[in-house]
Amino acid sequence: MCEVKVITGTSAAAEAAKLADVDVVAAYPITPQTTCVEKLAEFVANGELDAEYIKVESEHSAMSACIGAAATGARTFTATSSQGLALMHEMLFIASGMRLPIVMMVANRALSAPINIWNDQQDSISQRDTGWIQIYVEDNQETLDSVIQAYKIAENEDVLLPVMVCLDGFILTHTVEPVTIPKAERVREFLGVYEPKHAYLDPDRPITQGPVGVPDCYMETRKQVEEAMERAKKVIKDVNEEFAEWFKRKYGNGLVEAYNLDNADTVLVAMGSICGTIKYVIDELKKEGKEVGLLRIRTFRPFPKEDVKEFLKDANNIAVLDKNISLGFNKGALGIEMASILKNKKVCNYIVGLGGRDIRIDDIKAIIDHVEKAEDDETLWVGLKE
Amino acid sequence: MQFPREELFAPGHRGCAGCGAAIVARLLLKAAGKDTIISNATGCLEVMTTPYPETAWRVPWIHTAFENAAATASGVEAAVKALKRKRGKYKDKKINVIAIGGDGGTADIGFQSLSGAMERGHDMLYVMYDNEAYMNTGIQRSSSTPFLAATTTSPAGSKIRGEDRPKKDVAMIMAAHGIPYVATACISYPEDFIRKVKKALSIEGPKFIQVLQPCTTGWGYPPEKTIEIGRLAVETGVFPLYEIENGEFRITYKPAKRKPVREYLKMQKRYRHLTDEDIERIQKYIDEKCKLLGL
Ligand SMILES: Cc1ncc(C[n+]2csc(CCOP(=O)(O)OP(=O)(O)O)c2C)c(N)n1
Ligand code: SF4
Repeated sequence: MCEVKVITGTSAAAEAAKLADVDVVAAYPITPQTTCVEKLAEFVANGELDAEYIKVESEHSAMSACIGAAATGARTFTATSSQGLALMHEMLFIASGMRLPIVMMVANRALSAPINIWNDQQDSISQRDTGWIQIYVEDNQETLDSVIQAYKIAENEDVLLPVMVCLDGFILTHTVEPVTIPKAERVREFLGVYEPKHAYLDPDRPITQGPVGVPDCYMETRKQVEEAMERAKKVIKDVNEEFAEWFKRKYGNGLVEAYNLDNADTVLVAMGSICGTIKYVIDELKKEGKEVGLLRIRTFRPFPKEDVKEFLKDANNIAVLDKNISLGFNKGALGIEMASILKNKKVCNYIVGLGGRDIRIDDIKAIIDHVEKAEDDETLWVGLKE
Repeated sequence: MQFPREELFAPGHRGCAGCGAAIVARLLLKAAGKDTIISNATGCLEVMTTPYPETAWRVPWIHTAFENAAATASGVEAAVKALKRKRGKYKDKKINVIAIGGDGGTADIGFQSLSGAMERGHDMLYVMYDNEAYMNTGIQRSSSTPFLAATTTSPAGSKIRGEDRPKKDVAMIMAAHGIPYVATACISYPEDFIRKVKKALSIEGPKFIQVLQPCTTGWGYPPEKTIEIGRLAVETGVFPLYEIENGEFRITYKPAKRKPVREYLKMQKRYRHLTDEDIERIQKYIDEKCKLLGL
């Protein structure tokens, strides 16, 4: 009933967009995203996907075109990375403010300068306040599954917000892994034919979209996005459960994934592919009789505050790993969020893997040692050269 | 010519009295009719027509940002196509996709997205309403501001005499894209403008119309003079009316005898600093341009 293909992360995202039967794709190439939009172009060229493919002249226009298409009632997809995502910044606010269920794959990559094509998560983290739901995946299977889930989440009447599915550049985008590909009909049934019930551009019932938001109404629209984000938490959990019933795979509770947390006093908190390495280390340590846990944050926005508190209530040494840095605060975004939620706990922040710097098993072990001995909250840059 | 009576651009917008941009919108919608979707760039037109919860638009309308009316319209056009093909929506209907932006949103910051949309061959009409400056932010120069006009960022001072660069010829640049239809128009010639919009919409593919729109506030003249000033721009040869259909150039209005530019310039505050010598320079420049176009 399904097929297993050995494919890259970008192919997995493209396969998922095809399975979701998107109507419009607008995209511009950037390493390491490119192979995703190439794949989609192939699908369209071969008639495997019936979609309009707009070969835009920039990422800013890619997002603008997706907004135009989504506002006209089409299911849309795009993908980008790094500088491309930064160029979209302005339009990201507009997509969420207009409550358009656009789905985008983000191949996480460092930002210039100096120019660097390798992985960290600074690009999408820098977009955290744009009103987009952000899902960080651990592997290629989760990439495919999350893109499908993303449509179900974004198009939910209680949510109506755009979703970015973030996967680590090269580590996932260019690594082949076996990925189970569900049958197209099953996915179509799961998602349903997209027929937006909310307002969209149609000459038979003219509406004005994107008017001037005078001071009398602007704050209310912002509040509505915040409330939609809050409602999205439940929807993401529900979709994760529903997806599990249909396709027999799930990702924690949708917002977070707990790994070996039950007896662990020391817990690592991280996002993305690094969690695979952390799980490996945890299993090794377990063999030696040492219990260390992992809390994988899957949705950075909406931020799973309640789950974080609940899952970490018994942990005393908390090590937060960040593949980004908020310059001028000397902490990563996740580190800052954790410190704000876990006020009475020891939360150390580790800046790791910027611009593709390797994070080795020994680094993870060193982090565990450090957090256990640390007297108080600390920030450490791991793997820096002298 | 019979103009349709129906007003798809509702009365009661917030533009200045005598605003030419409102006339552009009104005539445009009369020509296009109700099966139209508008993508509007940030600028005077957008701001004056949609202070929530009011709207002057009786057709579906979208505004996203300043520099991307064309890219947004690309998405709208692609969506209409996909919905027609995949879901049988708008089966027997032709939907006009029209992007509209000011000279700033078109010739400057929006130039890339405009060029991209035209080059890709989307079935859309782009209308540039040209008031020759950034009016919405308080009259700053754009690349479409004419030579020696004073704006707040090209003020006339003791050393510099207003805008020191000639007006960028956006219509000709669009023609160089090899699109099937390019035209210039002016709100003072409504039949001509409406005919051009209708013609453009009857052609499949990307179309571009640059329409001159006098602006009471930015140009500095009394509101009742909008139409007169527009007419003078054309009669003097400052703004020639033409169309380029499949590469074929045609003047659509030829003044019997061109009037001196002085008549046009002296009515506007933005030119009040000009000396006789300056006016001579402008006249010479216009003469050369007109000669080139056969006016
Ligand atoms: C990225 C960006 N930069 C600047 C602005 C500020 N801005 C809004 S409208 C405008 C000028 C619009 O000029 P034009 O396109 O000529 O239209 P007009 O106001 O004359 O109708 C500017 C500079 C903006 N909205 N977005
Ligand atoms: S400033 Fe000019 S273009 Fe803007 S509303 Fe006033 S008259 Fe119209």
